[in-house]
Amino acid sequence: MRSRIYLPLLIFIAALIGVQQITSYTGTAYYLTQLTMAAYYCLVIVGLCLMIGYAGQISLGHAGFFAIGGYLSAFLTTYDLTPMKDDRIISFLAKAGFLWTREDLYGGQMLIFQPWAACIAAVLSAVLIAYVIGGPVLKLKGHYLAMATLGFGTIVYRIVLGMTALGGADGLSDVPPFKILPFLEVSGEMSDRVQNYYIAWGLVVVAVFLSLNLIHSRIGRALRSIHGAEDAANAMGIDTARYKLYTFVLSAAFASVAGVFLTHYNGGIGPSEASIMKSVRYVAIVAVGGMANLWGAVVMGTLLNFLSLRGYFGTYDDAVFGAILIVIMLFVPRGLLHMDIVRDLKALLSGRDEEAV
Amino acid sequence: MRIVRFLAVMLLFAAVTVTPAAAKDTIKVGALLAVTGPASFLGAPEAKTLEMMTDEINKRGGIMGKKIELIIKDTGASPEKALSFAKQLIEEDKVLAIIGPSTTGETMKIKNLAEEGNTILLSCAAAEVIVNPVAKYVFKTPQNDSFAVIKIFDEMKKMKISKIAVLSSNTGFGQAGKVQIEKLAPEHHIQIVSNEVYDKSATDLTAEVTKAKASGAQALLNWSIEPAQSIVIKNARQIGFKGRIFQSHGFGNIKYVAAAGPAAEGVIFPAGRLLVADVLPANNPQKSVLMSYKRDYERKFKEDASTFGGHAYDAMTILTRAIEKAHSTDSAAVRNAIETLKGVVGTGGIFNFSPQDHNGLSMDSFVMLTVRKGKFAILGN
Amino acid sequence: MNIDLFFQYIVAGVTYGAIYAVVAIGFNIIYNATGIINFAQGEFVMLGGMTAVTLHHFLPLYAAIIAAVVITTAVGGLIEILFIRWLRRPSVLRVIIITIGLSIIIREAAMHIWGEGVRALPYFTGTSVTSVRLGGVFISPQVLWVAGITALMVAALNIFFGHTLTGRQMRACSANQQAARLCGVNAGNMVTLSFMLSAAIGALGGCIVSPITYVQYDSGTPLAIKGFTVAILGGLGNSFAAVAAGLVLGILESFSIWVLPAAYKDVVSISVLLIILFLRPSGIFGSAETARLKEF
Repeated sequence: MRSRIYLPLLIFIAALIGVQQITSYTGTAYYLTQLTMAAYYCLVIVGLCLMIGYAGQISLGHAGFFAIGGYLSAFLTTYDLTPMKDDRIISFLAKAGFLWTREDLYGGQMLIFQPWAACIAAVLSAVLIAYVIGGPVLKLKGHYLAMATLGFGTIVYRIVLGMTALGGADGLSDVPPFKILPFLEVSGEMSDRVQNYYIAWGLVVVAVFLSLNLIHSRIGRALRSIHGAEDAANAMGIDTARYKLYTFVLSAAFASVAGVFLTHYNGGIGPSEASIMKSVRYVAIVAVGGMANLWGAVVMGTLLNFLSLRGYFGTYDDAVFGAILIVIMLFVPRGLLHMDIVRDLKALLSGRDEEAV
Repeated sequence: MRIVRFLAVMLLFAAVTVTPAAAKDTIKVGALLAVTGPASFLGAPEAKTLEMMTDEINKRGGIMGKKIELIIKDTGASPEKALSFAKQLIEEDKVLAIIGPSTTGETMKIKNLAEEGNTILLSCAAAEVIVNPVAKYVFKTPQNDSFAVIKIFDEMKKMKISKIAVLSSNTGFGQAGKVQIEKLAPEHHIQIVSNEVYDKSATDLTAEVTKAKASGAQALLNWSIEPAQSIVIKNARQIGFKGRIFQSHGFGNIKYVAAAGPAAEGVIFPAGRLLVADVLPANNPQKSVLMSYKRDYERKFKEDASTFGGHAYDAMTILTRAIEKAHSTDSAAVRNAIETLKGVVGTGGIFNFSPQDHNGLSMDSFVMLTVRKGKFAILGN
Repeated sequence: MNIDLFFQYIVAGVTYGAIYAVVAIGFNIIYNATGIINFAQGEFVMLGGMTAVTLHHFLPLYAAIIAAVVITTAVGGLIEILFIRWLRRPSVLRVIIITIGLSIIIREAAMHIWGEGVRALPYFTGTSVTSVRLGGVFISPQVLWVAGITALMVAALNIFFGHTLTGRQMRACSANQQAARLCGVNAGNMVTLSFMLSAAIGALGGCIVSPITYVQYDSGTPLAIKGFTVAILGGLGNSFAAVAAGLVLGILESFSIWVLPAAYKDVVSISVLLIILFLRPSGIFGSAETARLKEF
């Protein structure tokens, strides 16, 4: 049983290494840039897939969690604390090793947070926010749930756009690299490209591993029962609210980690990362992957983000995602990478009732 | 079964690795423009202008016998895309120069990239941080926001206005202007009695202008680039605000005047001379450049030329001049040549570059305009 | 704050409120007939405004508006026939995603057709600077047009749903489609009709507000979010309540800028929505009892 779950994971890891090797032999290592960025979006998508596919709860605000992670870490690692350095709290933080000094563009000294401290603060904030709003939000169903999550996403977007400290429409730039280990650094430097590819995909592998464990545990079965018939699950004594909240918080954590790392990789973040269109894109990708299909989500997330970031969709970038949403939901609501896709299509054409998704 | 399909998709990635071999005798120029998305009013005319100019240059036989190969990428105003595309242009396409991005946020995120990749960046965004501190390879064509603010404040002083209400939108353009206004107001003895930021998609601003009117301001200064700027003047006149209304150079689009109707009459704003090209005296050095750009653009695309498209026009002009001057397509040589360019007549003004000044424009690149009978006119004429 | 100023804010609030209410009514019609929330409702408003502006180049104002409403109505019907009608018992999630997809496609199509430019119809009465003065308060005549037409629309809809056969059949479909079918109601046609009706109302709304708000390829989505907020605030499916909720929200937004920077206006209205959702999902005016009976 266990080996069947982890076999795809091993193949996945092998494929990741394979792709990197191929690009290095063919002299096309530049593809790794977009693959690395796609990996971070995949991380969001893995979390969202758990939410939508397994717990059956839609979220139209996941870009909000990504933005909370990204913006908080960008803010903390670029905001100069020098004017406040005599403050008791600041000097304590400095002594405890949370802060460091960095040379800014003009050659001056800036006292800023260590990236790891900022990362922890950012992810913890996202988790905390998810926990606090998760309670009341997840009590809602259907349209109300969609609207509440959309509302959350909009609020984050508005705040990000409205706050001068967060750079408004220009976003934050000049975010320093994130040194995880002395020899491992998250940065957009060309020389660090290969290690960044592995850092990013390493995170995805960890997330997928955690998710697979979750899906195949008691929690996973409980989640599926929620998706199937929540009332029945409740009656069976399954604490549906707790499991839903658990999944929500976990997916928010994934999204915020992705936000933190991609921000360091890109050296900055802009409000486009918090936009509703971004949230909708994540949902679209989960839908194409087949809702309750983690591997489908990862593959489609990689493919579509890669193509989008390469600029293949040109001025039709958003339109492509809109079209995908419609086509998939109309014809193959169970996703493209589904085993029974042919049967689904036949059923559709013959006009038989399909099961509700 | 599922694994086989999965591997097939993974292989697809590997298969996308074939890039067509580029022709050797072209000059590759990249462009990162927000053709769609929230800044499409900048990116769309910029992209059209560049396509038009490239066609024209290539029809003439190119520069030094080499044709220009223009690669336009639509960023949708998102920095993450700008970054990904910039890496592609620099590393894979090995372009000589990148024109754009259209917005300050995107430009700031790829500034270091261009610098490290020794690729000339000719930004079409206005903020001063782009060229201050100076980065070797980074230039910009739009006028500084501070020029516009100083021009407005000088005009206010002439009109004996000292108390103003400031409105701005929550876009990069609006906020960059707001910062300059707040910074420059004290030294020009102007007091800001009300200062409001509104959303760029605002549909009615009565509440905001009501607050501004209640603050006792003698004049209203609005800084934005969206339709909201004609909503501001309409609402202000509707609630009976009688003072002068000043706008930023973002008002330089006749569509906004048409949309605001009679409310636009008498609005004062600084702008490049493109908008008043036809009424400029014949001896103005910019007249012929402006007229020919305007004529060509309007004939080809059946829409009014805007100053934004002009920024791209200037960027391409500067680049071609520098290539001719350097007589080389080596990026370092062309970069050095740009720094020595003097008296280049563009749509935004006359460019005089130097190693310290990577914008090259001066205060008189702006002229104060007003609206008279639904048309732009030079103030005081 | 003096009294004139107070009323000026109220007027501003009423203007916002009427605009939101028009969008919310469109949501409610489709919701009433199908239980579907059409996320592309804002796009109907945009389409109506854009088409009318384009047609106004050749036609007089009233004819352009009528033609725009007819065209948008046809688009609404077409959308239902192509994308919704043949789905059997689709889940809420599926329909939400389809309509979101539609809204993106319509918006992008509009961008490629009309470009990124901003358009507006002329003021129905007077010009952009005309205003009616009531004491110390100034009101644009267009605001009166919007308020008046919205009121007429609500009254007409009420008569339609309460006192005509077709209207009652539509309501029956919403309450229980299967039962309605058994009683001989052609449920499929009713759903198509509801899409056409809501497209028509959206388009008319788009025309009457366009002199105030302007219209652009992407002006649909923000309006849809506001309209949706108002629809939920009022209680889904109730058009009278939508108008009331629209006014409440509009006035709240207009006063909010007195204390908060205007950039956070949307944050205020959406926070109100979230609080209402958490505490009273049936809306301010809706009855909790009926809300529980409805299927989501």
